[in-house]
Amino acid sequence: MAAVQTSGEKALNRVAIVAVLVITLIFLAPIYWIVSTSFKPRNLSTTIPPTIVFTPEVSPFVKLFTKRSQLREPPTAEEYAAAPWWERMVFDGGEKVVRDGKGNVQWSAYPNRFMNSLIVAITSTVLAVSMGTITAYGFSRFRVKGEADMLFFILSTRMLPPVVVAIPMFLMYRAVGLNDTHWGLIILYTAFNLSFSVWLMKGFIDEIPKEYEEAALVDGYTRMEAFFKIVIPEAATGIAATAVFCFITAWNEYAFALIMTNRRAQTAPPFIPSQVGSGLPDWTVIAAGTFLFLLPVAIFTFLLRNHLLRGMSFGAIRK
Amino acid sequence: MAHIQLKNVTKKFGNHTALRHLDLDIADGEFFVLLGETGAGKTTTLRIIAGLEKPTEGQVLIDGVDVADWGAAERDVALVLQQYSLYPRYTVRQNLEFPLKSKLRRVPDAEIAERVARVAKTLRIEHLLERKTDKLSGGEMQRVSIGRAIVRKPRVFLMDEPLSALDAKLREALRTELKNIQMNLGQTFLFVTHDQIEAMSMGDKIGVLNHGHLVQTGTPNEIYNNPKNTFVARAVGSPPMNLIDGKLVSGRAVMAPLNFELPYEGAANGNVEGRALTFGIRPEDLVVESGAPVEAKVHDVENHGVEKILTLRVGDAMLRATVPAQTHLAIEDAVRFSWNPEKVVLFDQKSGNSLKHAG
Ligand SMILES: Nc1ncnc2c1ncn2[C@@H]1O[C@H](COP(=O)(O)OP(=O)(O)OP(=O)(O)O)[C@@H](O)[C@H]1O
Ligand SMILES: [Mg+2]
Repeated sequence: MAAVQTSGEKALNRVAIVAVLVITLIFLAPIYWIVSTSFKPRNLSTTIPPTIVFTPEVSPFVKLFTKRSQLREPPTAEEYAAAPWWERMVFDGGEKVVRDGKGNVQWSAYPNRFMNSLIVAITSTVLAVSMGTITAYGFSRFRVKGEADMLFFILSTRMLPPVVVAIPMFLMYRAVGLNDTHWGLIILYTAFNLSFSVWLMKGFIDEIPKEYEEAALVDGYTRMEAFFKIVIPEAATGIAATAVFCFITAWNEYAFALIMTNRRAQTAPPFIPSQVGSGLPDWTVIAAGTFLFLLPVAIFTFLLRNHLLRGMSFGAIRK
Repeated sequence: MAHIQLKNVTKKFGNHTALRHLDLDIADGEFFVLLGETGAGKTTTLRIIAGLEKPTEGQVLIDGVDVADWGAAERDVALVLQQYSLYPRYTVRQNLEFPLKSKLRRVPDAEIAERVARVAKTLRIEHLLERKTDKLSGGEMQRVSIGRAIVRKPRVFLMDEPLSALDAKLREALRTELKNIQMNLGQTFLFVTHDQIEAMSMGDKIGVLNHGHLVQTGTPNEIYNNPKNTFVARAVGSPPMNLIDGKLVSGRAVMAPLNFELPYEGAANGNVEGRALTFGIRPEDLVVESGAPVEAKVHDVENHGVEKILTLRVGDAMLRATVPAQTHLAIEDAVRFSWNPEKVVLFDQKSGNSLKHAG
């Protein structure tokens, strides 16, 4: 009987589905806005009301990846004819692509900033998750003196809003030469994520029966081997979930990236809004940069989706 | 091959004492069963021998060598647990290979394959070898766990209630199988259980554990016929020994408060006369026959096939007696019974200790 729904339950179900759809649409609207703007011609990007129907073009992406300058006068017919298709798009927008003395196209800083974001986010995620897993294992499996206090201390490092320490951190970083370096941001993000990673991983490791490792110890393996052969595969789901959370935090971080970096190690979040174009802000270029910036998290989450579905329930459903 | 000794082992968890001054001696090749209720300290004893837990006090000796400083890996024991002993992500074959692939042992690949094949055959799990262990039934899992222990040829097998999660039929089958394996291997087994039938049917020797205290060790016969105290008398036997309070008065057992008398022929050494005693008699040594001295009502009849177990009501006490299956008795029938006086065990009523053991 439990599987049979009454008509009342059915109606309730429908209402729930509609509600979920509406909420999903509300959440997706800004994403649609960004994605559509990144394919709009510049003159349609700021119309009121917003243009919904338009012919999509890739000029925002061309502009995103190249260095441009304002044209004083329109290109000559030969210049225009000699230019490749993508350069014509820049001409059409009243700008020209900057070339060096040998005629090589000058790239914009975007690819480099994007790489910085990847380097910083991936490295800090790997560090936070691996250190967090080992720490959590220690707390979970051994009698640690003052365990509760230490765990609380670890958690308490999260209670302070990070921006509060931005200025002292900036001064400290400047003193030790970590300003505008990859390692500077990596250390910072690892520190942010570590407490979270320890707590989350402790929950997952507590769920793994210690009998598995003990069986391995008795079978002639060291604690280390048992950890890698038994615990890590069992904790894979938890590691995936923790990694996604850490990656998202590091990838999206704005305030510290803005303060601590300006060129060499600058990540994409502070860079994208800084490129408001030569002259008036070109929102299509900003949208294109934002759109590409959204992709890694989406891809990363998608790749780990099987682990996440189980991991997000925080071990409630293990099978 | 190993001779296991525990000397004066005490284990405390915080201020809770799990084991007190435990002395245990398990001879080489012996099937030793540790019997005890839940919380008695059985698992703790095994974990201490396996090296997963350090005793608070006392020594563990394997073949006469104190192994205090040896890790679990070096002790070369095999441990079979009630549950969670198989690695869930591995196939049955990988589980069986796992202990052989340890760096400590360095078994050549060809030998690994051969040993796994032989064990799989012994335990009839050949058809399961490529299966993932989380898809196995309880009985199959326990077979594989046992297999993982025997591929290794360890010095001693430690088994923590390996059969308790199984249904009765399977338990019985695996009981016989395990006993056969032990006899074929000729190795030392320490088997832990709270099931006295398991203990009686499998053990060469039984140790009865009560609240971390080893009450009695002996062969199943000694434990059964000559329990050291009323705790053991109650713990072993199904149904357990009848215990009746009373006194010895000039060669007769006078029950009080039950108020009946039976002849007693045992050697009454000295000061037993008049002392408050508890008479212990096994159900099979209660004789139900017409003309016997004591009258009782049949309270319940349980048919066990080969025999019937009667519950007799005497006053407000219940006594158990076994009778042949052919006996026809109905509830509330009046019957008469006596006992086999040679089989009566005397316990001091206050301490519960058997007078025979006290000397
Ligand atoms: N790690 C531990 N920390 C604290 N107390 C423990 C620990 N392990 C066991 N104990 C306690 O020690 C006592 C003996 O436990 P043990 O597991 O040896 O019992 P057992 O005889 O195996 O019982 P069961 O039949 O239920 O398995 C119990 O009271 C238990 O609560
Ligand atoms: Mg136990």
